[in-house]
Amino acid sequence: MTAALSAPDLAARLEKEFPGAIVESNADSLVVDSVKLPDIASFLKNTPELDFDYLTNLTAVDYKEHFELVYHLLSISRNHSLTLKTRCYDRENPTVPSLVALWNAADLQEREVYDLFGIVFSGHPNMKRIFLWEGFPGYPLRKDFGDGV
Amino acid sequence: MEIESGGRKYSYSDTLLDSEEGQVIEAFRAANQQPYPDPAGWLDAEALPANVLLTTVDRVINWSRYRALWPVAFGLACCAIEMMCTAASRFDIARFGMEVFRASPRQADLLIIAGTLSWKMAPWLRRVYDQMPEPKWVLAMGACGTSGGIFKGSYSVVPGFNLVLPVDVYVPGCPPRPEALLDACIKIHEKIQKDRIVRKGGSQ
Repeated sequence: MTAALSAPDLAARLEKEFPGAIVESNADSLVVDSVKLPDIASFLKNTPELDFDYLTNLTAVDYKEHFELVYHLLSISRNHSLTLKTRCYDRENPTVPSLVALWNAADLQEREVYDLFGIVFSGHPNMKRIFLWEGFPGYPLRKDFGDGV
Repeated sequence: MEIESGGRKYSYSDTLLDSEEGQVIEAFRAANQQPYPDPAGWLDAEALPANVLLTTVDRVINWSRYRALWPVAFGLACCAIEMMCTAASRFDIARFGMEVFRASPRQADLLIIAGTLSWKMAPWLRRVYDQMPEPKWVLAMGACGTSGGIFKGSYSVVPGFNLVLPVDVYVPGCPPRPEALLDACIKIHEKIQKDRIVRKGGSQ
């Protein structure tokens, strides 16, 4: 069984490396500042005893006052996992750094989040819609999309 | 062999292709907001008229049609799994002469639409229906076929297949049991048996 890493313990360690980058940590997840996200993700991937070599899932949640991006990380060699989150408060032009350079799995998933939430991933090599067509009005998984009937 | 494309990865613009496809879908959606009336007149129709010659001819033709009804394989979602189960040995749709699931609509009489239909798929469902030769029958399988099911109100799902084409028999369930699908097939058989060649087959 894959062991979930303790986010508060990891947060204490990351706080030394990246002062002020940890927004929140609880039993479930570790929330980080989106500006520092690529550095922290790179640290999680490249530190030997953490070795998060696999991004299993990437999704987003609309909490109306902000978007929350959820990254499910897994280390195959160490057999442990972590839920990493970041927040984006801009509804008009939401932008978050892309993690495609670290995990190729992020490529299509970031396009899906862009397609359905309208969150732009800066640095993504091919940022365009994936399921819906060019010119589809709005972003359907936003809470203010309308009833759609 | 490399195709010369002037340094571009593709010789076409996939963004342009995407938006053109979207225009097709949006035009189709705008044109299909009113449901087709259900062809349910056969329910009240009398079994067969009393004319001896016509009756015999009708009976032979209808017998040959309903005893070898070939469905076109159109599985869209989870209902397709139940449809496959119906075709497999335990429920065995071959008992009704329907085991020949065709990959081409041109060889089929029955369209079993199994699953959730999205607006992106709807124009191609309509194309498959148009490619089927007359007489043809349509079976809408599952709650999505009746109303959109749990996806009703979604931005992407067609709320009821009758917006796209006329449906003969609806099967409730999410997904329906194979017995329910077999029962619906028998309803289609009953409809065919009431058909007359002087009427336009299938669409009455």
